Amino acid sequence: MDNISATIQVVPLNHYILLSAIIFTIGVVGVLIRRNAIIIFMSIELMLNAVNLLLAAFSAYSGDASGQVFVFFIMALAAAEVAIGLAIIVMVYRNTSSIDINILNRLKW
Amino acid sequence: MIDLVWLIPLFPFIGFLICGLGRNILPKAVIGTIASLAVIASFVISLGLFFQFDSATPVIIHLFDWIKVGGIDIPFSFQIDQLSILMLLIITGIGSLIHIYSTGYMSHDAGFGKFFSYLNLFIFFMLLLVLGSNYVIMFIGWEGVGLCSYLLIGFWFTNGAYADAAKKAFIMNRIGDLGFLIGVFVIISTFGSTSFSEIFPKAQSMISGDATLTLITILLFIGATGKSAQLPLFTWLPDAMAGPTPVSALIHAATMVTAGIYMIARSNILFTLSPVTMSIIAVIGLATAIIAAIIAITQTDIKKVLAYSTVSQLGYMFLGLGVGAYTGAFFHVLTHAFFKALLFLGAGSVIHAMSNEQDMRKMGGLKKKLPITFITMLMGTLAISGLPPFSGFFSKDEILAHVYEHNKILWMIGVLGAMLTAFYMFRMMFLTFWGNFRGSENQKSHLHESPISMTIPLIVLAILSVVGGFIGVPEVLGGSHWLAGYLAPVFEGSGTRMSELSLNHSTEYVLMAVSVGGVVIAIIYAYIKYIKNNHVLPVMDSEPRSALAKISYNKFYFDEFYTAIVQKPLDVLSGFFYKIIEKSGIDGLVNGLGKGSIEASNGLRLLQTGNVGFYIFAMVIGVVVILIYSFLKF
Repeated sequence: MDNISATIQVVPLNHYILLSAIIFTIGVVGVLIRRNAIIIFMSIELMLNAVNLLLAAFSAYSGDASGQVFVFFIMALAAAEVAIGLAIIVMVYRNTSSIDINILNRLKW
Repeated sequence: MIDLVWLIPLFPFIGFLICGLGRNILPKAVIGTIASLAVIASFVISLGLFFQFDSATPVIIHLFDWIKVGGIDIPFSFQIDQLSILMLLIITGIGSLIHIYSTGYMSHDAGFGKFFSYLNLFIFFMLLLVLGSNYVIMFIGWEGVGLCSYLLIGFWFTNGAYADAAKKAFIMNRIGDLGFLIGVFVIISTFGSTSFSEIFPKAQSMISGDATLTLITILLFIGATGKSAQLPLFTWLPDAMAGPTPVSALIHAATMVTAGIYMIARSNILFTLSPVTMSIIAVIGLATAIIAAIIAITQTDIKKVLAYSTVSQLGYMFLGLGVGAYTGAFFHVLTHAFFKALLFLGAGSVIHAMSNEQDMRKMGGLKKKLPITFITMLMGTLAISGLPPFSGFFSKDEILAHVYEHNKILWMIGVLGAMLTAFYMFRMMFLTFWGNFRGSENQKSHLHESPISMTIPLIVLAILSVVGGFIGVPEVLGGSHWLAGYLAPVFEGSGTRMSELSLNHSTEYVLMAVSVGGVVIAIIYAYIKYIKNNHVLPVMDSEPRSALAKISYNKFYFDEFYTAIVQKPLDVLSGFFYKIIEKSGIDGLVNGLGKGSIEASNGLRLLQTGNVGFYIFAMVIGVVVILIYSFLKF
C-alpha cells in the first residue's frame, strides 16, 4: 500500500488535476456535441472516471483511505447505471431503429 | 304579587321554548294549550298586580347587573307603575284571546307549532319592552318585537310577495330603530344613565326647549315613526297584512304598533320640555291620520282597509301626544286595542269562512251566514267610528277636545278624519255583510260560522269595545275619568307644565255634537252610496277610475315615490359598484393574475424543445454560471 502510494506521489499532484480536468472536459464536450446515445454514454463514463482519478490522487496525497473507498462506491454505481442506461438504449433502438437522441424530441410540453 | 313580576315575561318564554322545540313532536292540541296557558298565566299575574299595586311612585325590581362599564351602569331590571301595568294587561289580555282564536284559525296550517312559538316569543319581547326600567331593556324588546313581526309577516314565506313584505317591514323598522338607538346614545352622553328613574328627575330641572332635549326627542320620535307606522315610514304596515290574520290583530293593531306611543308616554317629561318636537309629532300624526284614512276609502282588500285604518288611528294617538293629551292618547291605545283586534279577528273569521278570499268585491250578504261575526264586527265598527256610548267615542273625543284647545285648524282636520273613518268602516261593513253574495258557487256552499274557539274571543272583545270607554268618561258627561286619575302619577311631571283642559262645558258639548254629527253624516252617506244606490261596487282593477280615486287606490303613490327616490338610486349605485368596482376592479385583478400566469407559461414552455442536447447544454451553462458566481463571491 505504501508502495503504491509512493508510486502515485512520483507524479506531482498538479498533473493529476490537469489530466482529470482534461478528461472531464472531453466528457462534457462529448455529451454536448455527439448525437449517438452510446457515445454520449461513454462520455458520461469519462466524466465519472475523471472524478475517480482525482479522488484517488487526493486520497494518496493526503494519506486518507476514505477517498479510495469513495472510488469503489462510484464504480459500483456506474456499473448499475450502465446496466439501466444500456437497457434504455436497447429499448429506444427497438422502438425507433435508431440511437440518435435527436429523434427523441417528443419529450416536451 | 310584585315579587312575581319576573314570571310575567318568563311564562311566554318557556312557552316559546316548548312549542319551538316540540313543534314536530307534540300534537297540535298540546301546543295550542301550552302556548295559550303561558299567556293566560301571565295575564293572571298581571291582573293580581293591577289590583294590588297602589304605589304613587314606580317600583323598580332589580333582577341582575347587566352592563357595568366605567360610569355606565345598565341593570337588568323592571319598572312597575300604572303605565306598565295597563300595557301588561293589554298585551297579555288581548294576547290570550288571540292565542285562543289562533288555535281555531290556524288549525289547518302545517306550521302550527312554529306559529305559536313565534307568537309566544313576541309576547315575551313585548312584555320586556313595557317592563324594562331603562331604554336599553326597552330597546331589546323593541328589536325583539320587530324580529317576531318579521318572522310572522313572512310566516308563509314560500309566497315571494309575502317574504318581500316581511323584508320591507324589517328594513323600514331598521330605519326608525337607528333613530331610537342614536337617541339612546345621546341620552347616555347627556344624562350618564339610561334608567327612567334617573333621567326623568334630571330632565325636570332642565329648561323647556333645551336643544339637547329636542334632539333626543326627535330621534326617539323617528324610532316611533318606524315602529308605529307614521309618515314617512308607514308603508310597511299595510303590506304586513301578508301575515296570518291573528298576527295582524295582535302585532299590527293592538300591541307592537303602539310601542311608539308607549315609549313617548313613558318619556313624556322629555317631550313636554321640547315644544318643537311636540308640534312635529302633532302635525305628523294628523297628516298620517288623514292620508291613511283617504287611502282606506278606496281599498278593496278587507285587511288593507283595516291596516290603513290602524295607521290612521295611530296617527290620532300621535296627534294626542303632540298636543300633550298623554292620557287621551293612551286611552285611545287601550280602546283601539279592543276594537281593532276585534275587527281584525272578525275579518279573519270572514276570510276563514270565504276560503281565504280577502277581496270585498267578492263578498256581500254575509250577515245571515256569519251572525256572530257580523254582530261583533258591527260593535267594533261603531266603536271605531266614535259613536256614543261605544269606547272609541270617549277616547277620540278626549284627543279632539285637547286638539281644539291647542289649535282649531288641527281640530277641524281631525274631525274630517273621524268622518272619513266612519265612512270607510261602514263602507267595509256594507260591502261585506249587506247585499247579495258575489263570490263563486264553491265559496257560497262552503260559507260557515267560525268554530267556538274563534267566536268567543270575538264576543269578549266586542263587550270590551262597547264598555271599554267607561273607564274614561269625562267630567262633562258626569263621569270622573278613572283612567286619568289612575295614570296621574306617570304624567305628574308633565301635568304641572301642561295647561289643564280649560274648555267650558258648553264648548265641550258642541265639540262632541259636531264630531258625532259628522260621523252620522258620513255613515248615512256610506249607506246611500253602497246600499240605497244598488251596491255601487268598487270598480275592478282594469276599469278606469276618477283621478282622485286613482290616487287614493294607489296609496298616494308612496311606494312608487320611495322606489324612485331611494330604491332606484341605490340600484344605480349598486349597478355602478357591480360593473365598475366589482367587475373591472376586483375581478379584473384576480382574473389578470390568472391570465398573466397563463401568458407567461405559454412563453416559457417554448424553452422545452424536446431536444436532449439543448437540455444538457442548458444544464452545463447553469453549472458554469453557478461556478463563476461562487468564484466571484469569494
